[in-house]
Amino acid sequence: MSLEMASDPEKRLTGAHLWVANVALLGGIVTGLLQGLEHAGFEFPASQYFLQSYYHSVSMHGVLNVLVWTTFFICGFLPFISARAYGMPLASPRLGWLTFWVMLAGLVLAAVPLAGNAATVMFTFYAPLKAHWAFYIGLTLVVVGTWLITLRLALSQRAWRAQHPAARTPLAAFMSLVTMAMWTLASIGLAASMLFLLIPWSLGLVAGTDPLLARTLFWLTGHPIVYFWLLPAYISWYTLVPRQAGGRLFSDPMARASFLLFLLLSAPLGLHHQVTDPGIHSGWKLFQAFLTFAVFFPSLLTFFNVVASLETGGRARGGKGWFAWFGRLPWGDPSLAAQLLAMLTFCAGGIGGLINASYNMNLVVHNTTYVVGHFHTTVGTAVTLTYMGISYWLVPHLAGRALWSRSMALVQSWMWFIGMLVFSTVLHELGLRGMPRRTMISQAAYFQPEWKALLPWVGVGGTLLFISGVLYLLNLLLTVTVSRAPAAAVPAFAEAIAPPEEGPTLLNRLRPWVVAAAVLLVIAYGPTLVRLVATSQLNAPGFRVW
Amino acid sequence: MKRNTTVYLYELAWILPSIAIPVGMLSALLVTAFGAGIHVPSVAGRVNPATLTETPPFDQLGVVQTGPLRYEVRMIGQIWSFTPNEVRVPVGSTVTFVATSRDVIHGLFIPGANVNVMLIPGQISRVTARFNREGEFFIACHEYCGIAHHTMGGKVIVEPRS
Repeated sequence: MSLEMASDPEKRLTGAHLWVANVALLGGIVTGLLQGLEHAGFEFPASQYFLQSYYHSVSMHGVLNVLVWTTFFICGFLPFISARAYGMPLASPRLGWLTFWVMLAGLVLAAVPLAGNAATVMFTFYAPLKAHWAFYIGLTLVVVGTWLITLRLALSQRAWRAQHPAARTPLAAFMSLVTMAMWTLASIGLAASMLFLLIPWSLGLVAGTDPLLARTLFWLTGHPIVYFWLLPAYISWYTLVPRQAGGRLFSDPMARASFLLFLLLSAPLGLHHQVTDPGIHSGWKLFQAFLTFAVFFPSLLTFFNVVASLETGGRARGGKGWFAWFGRLPWGDPSLAAQLLAMLTFCAGGIGGLINASYNMNLVVHNTTYVVGHFHTTVGTAVTLTYMGISYWLVPHLAGRALWSRSMALVQSWMWFIGMLVFSTVLHELGLRGMPRRTMISQAAYFQPEWKALLPWVGVGGTLLFISGVLYLLNLLLTVTVSRAPAAAVPAFAEAIAPPEEGPTLLNRLRPWVVAAAVLLVIAYGPTLVRLVATSQLNAPGFRVW
Repeated sequence: MKRNTTVYLYELAWILPSIAIPVGMLSALLVTAFGAGIHVPSVAGRVNPATLTETPPFDQLGVVQTGPLRYEVRMIGQIWSFTPNEVRVPVGSTVTFVATSRDVIHGLFIPGANVNVMLIPGQISRVTARFNREGEFFIACHEYCGIAHHTMGGKVIVEPRS
């Protein structure tokens, strides 16, 4: 069976996920623009019919962009790419559709209170800020939906394995399964917080909650979720981008090794988001800072492997020198250009992340706009611009129509890159000057004169990003509605210079790695969680103060 | 099966520095933590937010001198203010903030003084900083705490030694 036919049954399902993702992104960029302009000094246009306050806007922005846009894109993309990689349709399309409807139902349930200003608690929903119960139950259903994706990919793997007992799992399918396994293990924290603390509390079944315990369980999932967003981008960088660049994947075994290390190391790091929290021993914070540095290792492996793969493309196209080959890559292909720009931005984002996680250095940056600058280079660009690049071939393929405008897509990619460069640089700097995040800065009681000159640039960056986002969505919309030419071929999987058979078979197995990851998670979190649960008093009442 | 030797050597040439770089950064981190003594908040006890005003040390809020150039600031964060919201200490003071929250999560952030700690209802936060420069430091709540979050601030005034 051809690869095309293998992924055909997935097309409608993937398309459905992408619709939801892109509608969410539209909401995300509109709110983002208004927030950027607020920082630049314009009055925030609060209205009882739309966004009731600046903080209502920030809550919408966070949930729509980092929870909905990412999750729905991933849950559409990974099954699609897995089916192509296996060269056979995935198991149970009915399970696939059931999953989609569960996730959509959860999304609607959460979106109603969110849009109605009954869940203005940010996407981190720290108790004892208390949202409407539907918000918590809705988000929990979305998480349950992602577990069903894991189940479906695992069933498909088993079916494929039965027919190919001796072969290595195709790289893209293997990586998709590793990503979902990592996420499923890591999402236990969030699920526990929802089921045992937040849902009973929001329903009024218990009077109080434990804010630190809820927060700790949140971050147990809240750091690995960034790898849940990032690894699908890596899947594209490893398995498709080398071929799009005219080259080959440098090393397949090294690619598998890096993903398995992400599976092992993504979860036991969440305490680096809680460095400034009381009630958690600083020794465990330091231990998890060590593990954060350890997870830098597979990121460096990825950097090397992806750049070496790109280099094979640049040189095959006549590129020379140490760096000049980079310019010889096919920059005219918007799908590739978007992803190359995403990678460039991620170099800064990765290093910034290490600074944030550096234990006592976190005291300088925690909860400042430095962190906002950071995650807009990572999830906001490395991830988002890569997903946009993927969409530039995926959406035309799903619609059976050519991309409406390649040049608009190129302009859009560069505009996102430049807009983000301005936006994140300024926010990093403002953070170092002590500006807190998630704050209506133009009205702040402690407004500092030294912030003033930089703030308009937040608005400039935000406006560029907004225009770029609109161009992206418009291009997709015109592709599925008015474009008449047939779609270009889907990028083929890159061939590897060092094929999978050169690696040890341990790199083709999942179970020992999942077990090791679970053990490491218990070591890193066990003592802290046991102590927090044992001393918990569940005595913090809820507040709705927005 | 023949190993692809060139790829293997390149892999190795990258793997070794990839281990060395994080290890080097970790060493720098350990030096600042244990050599320079810059620590992060740790466990400092629990307190019931409902009976806060009857529980020491939060029954008497404000600045207390605990030694020569040593002060303790007992502080509560609540929507949307700090009590006390103005702290005066002489230059060169070592100041320990003992603080908590009465309602939702707040943040106690004093840029330029390495004070950055969350105020979580039910938990006592304890951090120590030295104020070596005369002048005003601003205090900001840096955790979203509701509709007027941006109005929650204060200041530390570091005065000349009398």
